[in-house]
Amino acid sequence: MKKTWAAWPYVFWMVIFTVIPLFLLLYFSFTVKDGSTVAFSFANFQRLFEPVYFKVLFRSLVLAGISTFFCLFLGYPVAFILAGRSFRRKNTMILLLVLPMWMNFLLRTYAWLTLLERKGLINTVLVHLGLQPLNLLYNDFAVTLGMVYNFIPFMILPIYSVMSKIDRSLVEAAEDLGANPLAVFWRVTFPLSLPGVLSGITMVFMPAVTTFVISRLLGGGQYTLIGNLIEQQFLTVGDWNFGSAISVLMMLIILVSMAFTSRYEKEQEGSGLW
Amino acid sequence: MIRLVNISKQFDGTEAVKNINLHISKNEFLTMLGPSGCGKTTTLRMIGGFEYPTTGEIIFDGVNINALPPYKRKVNTVFQKYALFPHLNVYDNIAFGLHIKKVEKKTIDEKVGRMLELVSLSGYERRSVYSLSGGQQQRIAIARALINEPEVLLLDEPLGALDLKLRKDMQLELKAMQKQLGITFIYVTHDQEEALTMSDTVVVMNRGRIQQTGTPEAIYNEPINAFVAGFIGESNIVEGIMHGDFHVEFAGKHVECSDQGFAAQEVVDVVIRPEDLKMVEPADGLFTGVVKSVTFKGVHYEMIVAAHGIDWMIHSTRMRPAGMNVGLKVVPFDIHIMKKVMEE
Amino acid sequence: MVKHLIKRSYLFLMFTFLYAPIIVLAIYSFNNSRSRGAWNGFTFKWYLQMLQDRQILSSLYNSLAIALIAALVATAIGTVAAFGIHHMKSFPKATIMNLTYLPVLNPDIVTGISFMLLFIFIRLQLGFLTLLLAHITFNIPYVILSVLPKIKQLDKNLFEAALDLGATPIQAFRKIIFPEILPGVVTGLLLAFTLSLDDFVVSFFTTGSGVSTLSITIYSMARRGINPKINALSTLMFVCVLTLLIIVNMTMSREKPVKSKEA
Repeated sequence: MKKTWAAWPYVFWMVIFTVIPLFLLLYFSFTVKDGSTVAFSFANFQRLFEPVYFKVLFRSLVLAGISTFFCLFLGYPVAFILAGRSFRRKNTMILLLVLPMWMNFLLRTYAWLTLLERKGLINTVLVHLGLQPLNLLYNDFAVTLGMVYNFIPFMILPIYSVMSKIDRSLVEAAEDLGANPLAVFWRVTFPLSLPGVLSGITMVFMPAVTTFVISRLLGGGQYTLIGNLIEQQFLTVGDWNFGSAISVLMMLIILVSMAFTSRYEKEQEGSGLW
Repeated sequence: MIRLVNISKQFDGTEAVKNINLHISKNEFLTMLGPSGCGKTTTLRMIGGFEYPTTGEIIFDGVNINALPPYKRKVNTVFQKYALFPHLNVYDNIAFGLHIKKVEKKTIDEKVGRMLELVSLSGYERRSVYSLSGGQQQRIAIARALINEPEVLLLDEPLGALDLKLRKDMQLELKAMQKQLGITFIYVTHDQEEALTMSDTVVVMNRGRIQQTGTPEAIYNEPINAFVAGFIGESNIVEGIMHGDFHVEFAGKHVECSDQGFAAQEVVDVVIRPEDLKMVEPADGLFTGVVKSVTFKGVHYEMIVAAHGIDWMIHSTRMRPAGMNVGLKVVPFDIHIMKKVMEE
Repeated sequence: MVKHLIKRSYLFLMFTFLYAPIIVLAIYSFNNSRSRGAWNGFTFKWYLQMLQDRQILSSLYNSLAIALIAALVATAIGTVAAFGIHHMKSFPKATIMNLTYLPVLNPDIVTGISFMLLFIFIRLQLGFLTLLLAHITFNIPYVILSVLPKIKQLDKNLFEAALDLGATPIQAFRKIIFPEILPGVVTGLLLAFTLSLDDFVVSFFTTGSGVSTLSITIYSMARRGINPKINALSTLMFVCVLTLLIIVNMTMSREKPVKSKEA
């Protein structure tokens, strides 16, 4: 009995539960219902580029991009500080950083409602200080904030992981050769941290583009990102063909970006999940 | 040129280095030698600026440089594991220090070329660090340090990861380089043979303190205490009693020796090198005993002779088989007397 | 010194940002009023209401049951699969690994939708079973990704050494191989359990007939606006997770010997 047979139950399972669903998705995306006949067509994909829908796609990409940028901009220093050697109780800090991630994702998003509402905590404080209340909820700002809040640990952790593995003697060698701390960072630490940055960007941008919970809870009923669009098509409108087409497109975007980034990660050692 | 004055270094309550006083001259090849944990690397790192002394002063050309950060010192280091920058190729690694100083490209090209020639790796500019062997990486590390024309080069056990033949070749190359460039080398190793081969001055350290400083010959021939004697080369170390100048008693015999200046009845350590003990006819020997074991070491035979309750180690190119009765003889000049070391 | 201060302050700000919403939720869970503006006295009533809410309790039960069953099944299938995959030649191995990465990389909404299509296609009614099947499916890859590296790290000679010393293949597997890969298996199990527990999107599309997971219940409650019962639930979950992590941290730090610095 060959050892490789052990994998066949799994393969069987995956074919049924992953491959076939995928084919169904593709099938629906490439077909249109014309009365009771089904015809092959690109129409579903073309629809996505109509102004109404394209705006949604564009907005999703832009917001995800902005969130990723802020996650990077705000998160990189955290990773840098934590990876620096002069830190007692580092493990505790990392644990504290990870802790919110273990909270239910919905609850974390919901939490901002209390803070951002018209009569929420932030506005209450502002009014008390004599300032005008701000419109913080149900707009791009709230959604972006929600994305950054939810995903920033996914940016910090890969960068931290890479940075903490940078050999200390490289920093010393750079100093020895005349580099002051700024030069050490720019010429040695930063270039060596880039694989982690790339990981982080990937782990933030992907879910940010396809989220529908954040946009529903913090953007409101009228606020539509690509994730909401897909949900609508399936559950409300009933246009499975269009919904599938959008899904397929999302899948393609993400798989292509992953293939792209994995080329740069060739030099990384084999990565487990922890 | 460099003076260490009463240098001590503490880490979390343990004293790694205690009261080091050292003077290093220009163009000197000085080696700090000792077992793991003796403080030699810590001392080196303090000279380089990677550790700050807890007490004491480091004086460089008359100036106290205790608080000076590494990038401001006229010192460069070759690290134990080379610390080559993996994201830069050979050229950029070597040129790193010059890039920092914003030297113009033409000059850098020239200097890098010359450096690669010096370390016999011309043409390797575009190679990646990963594609180099250990020996090659080490030479790039040396080139990277030397291109900055430091007054002092610090080397932290740089040959540790190389195989024996390569290590011996590199030892001679480094010595030649030092003579040719005329700069001070401060070298750290735990390999006593390496230290004896390369150095002008050897500083033997143990447990954070300097045990003895001197030329390789002096350290070898006149070890100052049992530790140095035991660490450098093989020795027979036996306890003895000095009965006045030139007269020592050990292993039950009164023997003439060549040392003086000890107190009467002072308990001392007697050191005799294995190659200085000659095997003779039992009748002619100072001691008589039986050969316990013989081991062929290539360069010589190592024999253990049990005589007067002590196992003596003999190195000789002549073999005496186990079980044979022999006499042992030694010239007074080769009997070294050392003060007993106070254990701390 | 200034650098040190700046670093500390920045970290402090970041941690405030991360914890502020959770803490605010916790505070308001004790507020004796629905309004988020005024404080109307301290109360436990929201906690009581939450613990008595049948919808919440049944969905909590569902979440735990699904997570447990799915994690166990996925670990079983995944561990065995990892073993088989490890011994494959490069072409089938690469294909299967790509297949394995698919649910991991795919946006969860696409995964959820495709499951839904499948179940409708084979006319399986959406409910507990479909939920379970979906969870098992997206858990297995993570188990494989946890176990496979451990199998790779195994000394190739261990198995033969055991046989050489007289063990049967099954004994060798049980006594030698399995204990060595156990950390990977446990990691996979925990990972699967956590992912199932926390999942929302896939569950959303694959459940039906009134079967809700905790996430789904929270979502439907949250859509209707602020509800202090959610605050209570959130605070309780936070305390649980915090306790769990402290315990894990303490047991891990007890196992690791303290490394001393060599001069």
